[in-house]
Amino acid sequence: MSAWFTPRNVVVAVLLAFLALVPVYSALTGNAFLMTLFTRIVILAMAATSLNLILGYGGMVSFGHAVYLGIGGYAIGILAHEGIGSGFVQWPIAIGASALFALGVGALSLRTRGLYFIMITLAFAQLVYYFGVGLDRYGADDGLQLYRRSQFADPINLSNRTQFYYGCFVLLVASIYLTWRIVNSRFGLVIQGARSNDRRMQAIGFPTYRYRLICFVIAGTMCGLAGVLLANHTEFVSPAMMHWTRSGDLIVMVVLGGMASTFGPLIGAVTLLVLEEVLPVLIKLVATPIVGSAATRAAEYWQIVMGPLFLLVVLFARGGINGLLVSLRRD
Amino acid sequence: MTEALLQIEGLTKRFGGVTASDGVDLAVQPGELHAVIGPNGAGKTTLIGQLTGEIAPDAGRVGFAGEDITTLAVHARSQRGLARSFQITSLFSDFTALDNVALAVQAHSGHSFHFWHDARSEAALRQPARETLARVGLAGREQILVSSMSHGEHRQLEIAMVLATRPRMLLLDEPMAGLGPEESVRMIALLRALKSELTILLVEHDMDAVFALADRISVMVYGRVIASGAPAEIRANAEVRKAYLGEQDGQ
Repeated sequence: MSAWFTPRNVVVAVLLAFLALVPVYSALTGNAFLMTLFTRIVILAMAATSLNLILGYGGMVSFGHAVYLGIGGYAIGILAHEGIGSGFVQWPIAIGASALFALGVGALSLRTRGLYFIMITLAFAQLVYYFGVGLDRYGADDGLQLYRRSQFADPINLSNRTQFYYGCFVLLVASIYLTWRIVNSRFGLVIQGARSNDRRMQAIGFPTYRYRLICFVIAGTMCGLAGVLLANHTEFVSPAMMHWTRSGDLIVMVVLGGMASTFGPLIGAVTLLVLEEVLPVLIKLVATPIVGSAATRAAEYWQIVMGPLFLLVVLFARGGINGLLVSLRRD
Repeated sequence: MTEALLQIEGLTKRFGGVTASDGVDLAVQPGELHAVIGPNGAGKTTLIGQLTGEIAPDAGRVGFAGEDITTLAVHARSQRGLARSFQITSLFSDFTALDNVALAVQAHSGHSFHFWHDARSEAALRQPARETLARVGLAGREQILVSSMSHGEHRQLEIAMVLATRPRMLLLDEPMAGLGPEESVRMIALLRALKSELTILLVEHDMDAVFALADRISVMVYGRVIASGAPAEIRANAEVRKAYLGEQDGQ
């Protein structure tokens, strides 16, 4: 029993319990904002989880991962715009499109290494971003409003915010579980071996390219599903969903939470997105007695605080927040 | 003479103006331990690279077990039973010793598109890996992270990785590199034991090891094989003494 009672596991358990209770709290207090915020957090945590599979476990630093949010989202938006509202049609198409795109990008980019890989994944993401900007029929730069969320058969009703939140939450937990199973399977060990020493992997007889490619496709597909959820959540899709800064945010979540750890991306996503909300308020609180009304202006620059915090984690906690929590145990 | 297990014919590789392999001919008979020696820069590592498929030759042919493998990919050669060890230790440093060897076992037990079951609980992978670790003298070190093992242990693990692929032939690239006197003695004993089961091509600088183990020796200088024969012949060969052994005596 005591083997499970570690600081990290306690934090993860509390976090999961909290996430499971958000709708309850929201209903009791009537705080709809909290619900909206955490739906977004849960969805982006899923995207970060998928990125962790290739970045953390596979050592494939994709700098264009948000593109799958865009592809999944746009598939929903475009189909809805064309009058196809059924989730049974929308979702498979969205997920299939993400998988296909990942297959194409992966097949080309996985032939390169290091900086070139980063640049090629970024280039493909930018390509799709500008393609989205050029889609006049679907709102171009301004994006596209979803007139309604994906339609499923009764009793599934995504327009019910509580039901939608729990749907996202279950899918998040499922993707974390799936990732955990994958990375400890034969397939996962090949992926991790290729991260550690690809040359040796080939020398002992693994055709690593095809394993890495399949891993890349799994991650892209999972992130595409997150994009489907995000589009349904905001009822709006725009090129901004797949802007490169969003890809950067996903990397920050993974690194902040802890690369190649089961719950790292979840911890990272919650930390980053909650700080995004809390830091401006905190700055305002602290600064008001000192500089008066200028504190409101100061609060806009919350990233000045966020940046150094991230830097500290990168410099002093190599395993991210997860690694920090794990190391607490040894003391 | 029986048919050679490894047959190298006219292998040539140029890097700019340097000819690293200059029409290398070499045949390794089944069951033989064939050592390749030569001064630094003689082209031994380039030769290994071409045999494993990491370097594409400009000309020539490599045959293994009756098959032309000249253009085969690195992993495919391993699958056919040609295994190589690395001169500079090349392991999975963030894995345990057992995970390292189990991965080598896994590479040769079907494809790895299994996404669900915990590979670390598969006896079919762990048991052979444990046995291989015991064989190279690393019993009891299974759960140690490779990054916290000594250099000598890394060299032992290198051999375990190669053996775990259940090869027909070993390409050993300086297995003695950096070993202390005691560790060298143990490594020679290990290689002597392997020699009775496997065909081995040994690239090595340690002359004591080479003359203690080799059935045949080939001497490379400037990318060419200048002599090939039994250890006694090589020792007596005037050209070799001048090009290589003489240098050592003079040191």
